[in-house]
Amino acid sequence: MNLDFLEFEQPIAEMLAKIEELRMMGNDSQVDIQDEIARLEAKSKALTASIFSRLTPWQTTQLARHPLRPYTLDYIEQIVDDFQELHGDRSFADDPSIVAGIGRLAGKPLMLIGHQKGRNTQQKIRRNFGMPRPEGYRKALRLLQMAERFRLPVVTFIDTPGAYPGVGAEERGQSEAIARNLFVMAGLRTPIVAVVIGEGGSGGALAIGVADRVLMLQYGTYSVISPEGCASILWKDAAKADLAAEAMAITASDLKQQGLIDEIIPEPTGGAHRDYATMANNLKAAMVDALEPLVTELPDLLMENRQKRLLAYGAFSA
Amino acid sequence: MSWFENLLPGRIRTEGGSRKTIPQGLWTKCPGCAAVLYRAELERNHDVCPKCDHHNRIDARRRLDLFLDPEPREELGADLQSGDPLRFRDSKKYKDRLTAAQKTTGENDALVVLRGKLKAQAIVAAAFEFKFMGGSMGSVVGERFVLGVQAAIKQRCPLVCFAASGGARMQESLFSLMQMAKTSAALNQLAQQGLPFISVLTDPTMGGVSASLAMLGDLNIAEPNALIGFAGPRVIEQTVRETLPAGFQRSEFLLEKGAIDQIIDRRQLRDQLAITLSILCHRAPPA
Repeated sequence: MNLDFLEFEQPIAEMLAKIEELRMMGNDSQVDIQDEIARLEAKSKALTASIFSRLTPWQTTQLARHPLRPYTLDYIEQIVDDFQELHGDRSFADDPSIVAGIGRLAGKPLMLIGHQKGRNTQQKIRRNFGMPRPEGYRKALRLLQMAERFRLPVVTFIDTPGAYPGVGAEERGQSEAIARNLFVMAGLRTPIVAVVIGEGGSGGALAIGVADRVLMLQYGTYSVISPEGCASILWKDAAKADLAAEAMAITASDLKQQGLIDEIIPEPTGGAHRDYATMANNLKAAMVDALEPLVTELPDLLMENRQKRLLAYGAFSA
Repeated sequence: MSWFENLLPGRIRTEGGSRKTIPQGLWTKCPGCAAVLYRAELERNHDVCPKCDHHNRIDARRRLDLFLDPEPREELGADLQSGDPLRFRDSKKYKDRLTAAQKTTGENDALVVLRGKLKAQAIVAAAFEFKFMGGSMGSVVGERFVLGVQAAIKQRCPLVCFAASGGARMQESLFSLMQMAKTSAALNQLAQQGLPFISVLTDPTMGGVSASLAMLGDLNIAEPNALIGFAGPRVIEQTVRETLPAGFQRSEFLLEKGAIDQIIDRRQLRDQLAITLSILCHRAPPA
């Protein structure tokens, strides 16, 4: 089994391995097998498209967590010019599970804040698996307020299993850190666009997710609790995560339908991790489009409209 | 009847024999110190154990009843009914869970909001009903909270909220997560108007409620020994794989770590908050 491919992606992996094999053969044999390779490539593409056209919510969850999926810094590298990473909450520490900084998007200044996961074991530990501690949220808070001061629009990238449930995090006020960000983002007088690039894990995601426009990558997920967490509480069995993922309606298309997000950013065939460059281009275009009408808005009006939007969330009847 | 009981004087025997006729619920055992308490006396004492000061959990209505002046009181958003946007079902349907909770609590959702008076001064007071699906925050809770904020703004009076909640309501999925943003946005509007919000954290205040409205008080006040935090103790234990220190995530711990302003005994809450609010609102001390 190829570990760079998820279980449901294995047929694609096999096909790609076969193509690779043929290529190797082609190099040292006289026979022209280019036609055969082209035929298999087309077939592999069709297979990928077919598998990805009927993903279950649980498979989408796995894609959102794919070990090869591009993370915040991967996108920054491709999208943001002159990026300057800024560190620290000024009172306790710098939390590497949130990266933030200033740069230019298509020539225009912006503040970018995002969760950051690690690729290898060492990096995963350093980034705490993308689970921020209070100091991460307070770094974000400091830079959000700075963005307002310098009239920089803000884009946030959401990709976290959730806020870190640890002793130190509780001691330093994880709840307050998250709550404060919600409060401040609701009143910030500068545009905010939030993009769920991978996992949108609960309060830990929302803490940098209050925005004028909420976008989501096609195979991202956004939920109030992880499918495993929901399953272990409501089904008393974490292995029922597939059922929980289904019941909670956590995919981009479900959330768009419910009016909880504004736009879905399409991913390349086979998911963002199969083609970073195309994904980065799609993301960049969506960011530019989303910011454009916001940056010309009067700051007070912008904030009032955001608050109206926030106050309208809910499903109830009188 | 054993040989020993034959030796006892009659009076003691009758007492033993009549034990079965005592009505249920007249006596109660304190979960704090195991003292056997007379129920009526416990109630007179605001459900605080007279022996060890253990604060028992109380219903939202009773909470507000203890806090507000008897008159006038007007409930806000009482008619709101929860939707079921996802037609959520796990082992039970969400709709059935709602109906069951309504039946056991007599409330139709987990937050009660009243407009009333505290020592003759206008106030809006909200209280979570923990018995209603663990005081979880769904769309109705969020909307009622916002109605409370809006009423406070309209009357230019303070808002007090007594939190008791396990967090967001999973059955409403992302709608419930968004209630965190919604209630925080409403509190931002209240703050812009210069009106005070006092958050009283009671046992337990966890998860999405703690990580939004409950930690956003101008004053955060806790009852003694209440469990307050973001992640539940069991989740943390599983993550860090060690036993948590005694008193972890309790009010006294939060006070020490700087997360809350004060710990106030339930029996003094009404008096003390009236004084605090009179100062914040530039009014004469309450009578």
